[in-house]
Amino acid sequence: MEIGLGHYLAVAAILFTIGVFGIFVNRKNVIILLMSVELILLSVNINLVAFSSFLGDLAGQVFAMFVLTVAAAEAAVGLAILVVYFRNRGDISVEGVNMMKG
Amino acid sequence: MLATLAFWAFSGVAILSALMVVVARNPVRSVLFLILAFFSAAGLFVLLGAEFLAMLLIVVYVGAVAVLFLFVVMMLDVDFTELKQGFLEYAPLGGLVGLILAAELAMIGFTWQASDQAMALRAAAIPEGMGNVEALGQVLYDDYVFFFQMAGLVLLVAMIGAIVLTLRHKPHVKRQSVTAQVGRKRDEAVELVDIKPGQGIGE
Repeated sequence: MEIGLGHYLAVAAILFTIGVFGIFVNRKNVIILLMSVELILLSVNINLVAFSSFLGDLAGQVFAMFVLTVAAAEAAVGLAILVVYFRNRGDISVEGVNMMKG
Repeated sequence: MLATLAFWAFSGVAILSALMVVVARNPVRSVLFLILAFFSAAGLFVLLGAEFLAMLLIVVYVGAVAVLFLFVVMMLDVDFTELKQGFLEYAPLGGLVGLILAAELAMIGFTWQASDQAMALRAAAIPEGMGNVEALGQVLYDDYVFFFQMAGLVLLVAMIGAIVLTLRHKPHVKRQSVTAQVGRKRDEAVELVDIKPGQGIGE
């Protein structure tokens, strides 16, 4: 069977769904929540690159690169906030995040 | 034939490891499965002809982001058994939302079709007889150079933000205070005492 655009889009859609599922399920662990966000961004990247490849348009790959940049920045800042949060609270559960309100 | 086989292998491994990221009991395993998912996605990118992005995915995601996650997971002293509590409580809701989302994406996927003018509307058509890296570089540094600089700025702000957030001054650690050093006056540092012969310094 020839692999077409639809196959790649299906893989990306499944990864996206898994990422959203992970956000809902892991209420006690912000680290896995951040990893789920990374999975979602990865699925978006797969979409962009698949469209770019099948359409023959390089702009999609450039955009995937920018998504990669933003994902790296997001991970750095998110993990820094997580470290500070853990220092103040002693756990990494989502339930106490209201505490960060000023 | 080989490409088809590779697609199924890479996508299968990517989906299974993504699932393991979400359900694994131990966060360290989650990070390792995340690395596996990124590797498989890089394989998919190679199949799609985006070699540069595939290498970038391995260098940036596996080399930097996933290792950062691993650092944080190992640095935080978290009780792993408590972390999975509430998993079953939220699993039905999460599964329901996931199913609805998947159904919606499938509906879009089956009804969507490309525009007739899609080929004419391309922003930067892939040039013939040029490698992926060279073509991408020409597009990136010609048409998207402003966005490229802005991306650098985003990374700079993220770096400064991460440092500012996590920097902490421990007590009992001696630090250099440049203002105190520069602002010091002579009479704060030296005291001239007139000592009479044979008496020494009395209290």
